[in-house]
Amino acid sequence: MADGWWTYAVIIIAGFLATDIWRWMGVLIGHRLNEDSEALYWVRAVATALVMAVTAKLIVFPTGTLANSPLWLRLAAAGIGFAVFLGTGKRVAVGVLVPIAILIAGLLFLQP
Amino acid sequence: MSHPIDTRGNLGWFLTGMRGIISLPAFILMTSYIGFSAFALESGLTRGEAVAMTLGIWALPAQMILVGSMLGNAHIAASFLAVTLSSIRMMPMVASIMPEMRTKKTPLPILLFVSHFIAITSWVFASRHLRDVPRNHRVAFFAGFGMTLTLTNTLIVGVSYGVVSQFPPVIAGALFMLTPVYFISSIWASAVQPVVKIAFVIGIVAGPTLALVVPGFDVLVAGIGGGTVAYLIDRRRRRKVLPKSEVA
Repeated sequence: MADGWWTYAVIIIAGFLATDIWRWMGVLIGHRLNEDSEALYWVRAVATALVMAVTAKLIVFPTGTLANSPLWLRLAAAGIGFAVFLGTGKRVAVGVLVPIAILIAGLLFLQP
Repeated sequence: MSHPIDTRGNLGWFLTGMRGIISLPAFILMTSYIGFSAFALESGLTRGEAVAMTLGIWALPAQMILVGSMLGNAHIAASFLAVTLSSIRMMPMVASIMPEMRTKKTPLPILLFVSHFIAITSWVFASRHLRDVPRNHRVAFFAGFGMTLTLTNTLIVGVSYGVVSQFPPVIAGALFMLTPVYFISSIWASAVQPVVKIAFVIGIVAGPTLALVVPGFDVLVAGIGGGTVAYLIDRRRRRKVLPKSEVA
C-alpha cells in the first residue's frame, strides 16, 4: 500500500469527493422538489429500493465470520424476526432482538 | 416530541438531535465502526488514515471498498470509480429528505454542508423523526444528530484502532447481522406512504437476485429499476383509490 501524503490524496479524491458529489447532487435535486410532488414519490421509491437492496445483500452475501454460516439460518432469523415484529405491534427493538437471538442460538447449536 | 408551546430555539433542537446518539441505531453503527477500525488495521492503514476516511467519506460501504481497492494497489481512477458507483445511492437518499428538512429560506451552503452527514443510519433517523420537529428547526435538529454521530464514530475509530483486533466469531456474526435487521424493522416502521413499503419489498428481493445476474451494478439496477416499478405500481394504486378518498 502506498504511504504518506499520497494515501491522503487518494482518500480525499477517491473517497471524499467520490462520495460527496452525489450528496451535493442530491441536495440540488431535492432543493427543487416539493414535499408532495409526483417526482418525490419516485425519488423516495428509488432511495428505499436502493437501501433495501444493500440491506438484503448484507444478509444473503455477508462478509467476515458470518460468511461461514448457512444461508438458511440467516434467512430464517431475518424472516421469522420480521414476522414477529409485524405481529407484535411493529416495535423496532423486537425486530432487532428476535432475529439476533435466533441467529446466536443457531450459530451456537451448529458449532462443531 | 411536539409540544403545543415549544420555546426551544435552534440550539435547543440541535441538542435534542444530539441526544439521538444514545439510541439503538447509533449503538449498532458504533459496533460496525469498531469493526471497520479492526479491518483498517489489518489492511495496513495507519490510525490517521482510518480516521480521515471515516470523517471524510462517512459511508461504511464506500470506506470498505476504498480500503479494498487500495490494498490491491488500484489506480486512483479505478478506486474513484469503484467508490463513486457505491455512493450513487446517496443522491436519491439525500434528495428524498431535503424537501422535508428545508424551509424556503434555508441557505443552500448549509444544506450542502449538512448533506455530508447523511448516510443510511442518519437517513433512517431523519425519515423517522423529522416530521415531529417544527419545520424551521429541522436542519438544526438533524445537524445535531448527524454531526454527533459522525464525530463520535470518528473518535471511536481512532480510539479502538489497535485495541479491538477481533471479536469472538459468534459475537462478530451477531454484530454484523444487527445492521441489516435494524434497517429492515426501522425502515418498515417509519414507512408512512405505501410507495415506500412497495419499494421496500421489491428492493429486498431484487438486491440479492440481481447480484447474481448483474454483479457490480446490482444495487444500482435494483434501486433505479426496482424503485421505478414500485413507483408505477403505487401510482396505479393511487389513481384507483383517489376518487373514493376524495368522497370520504
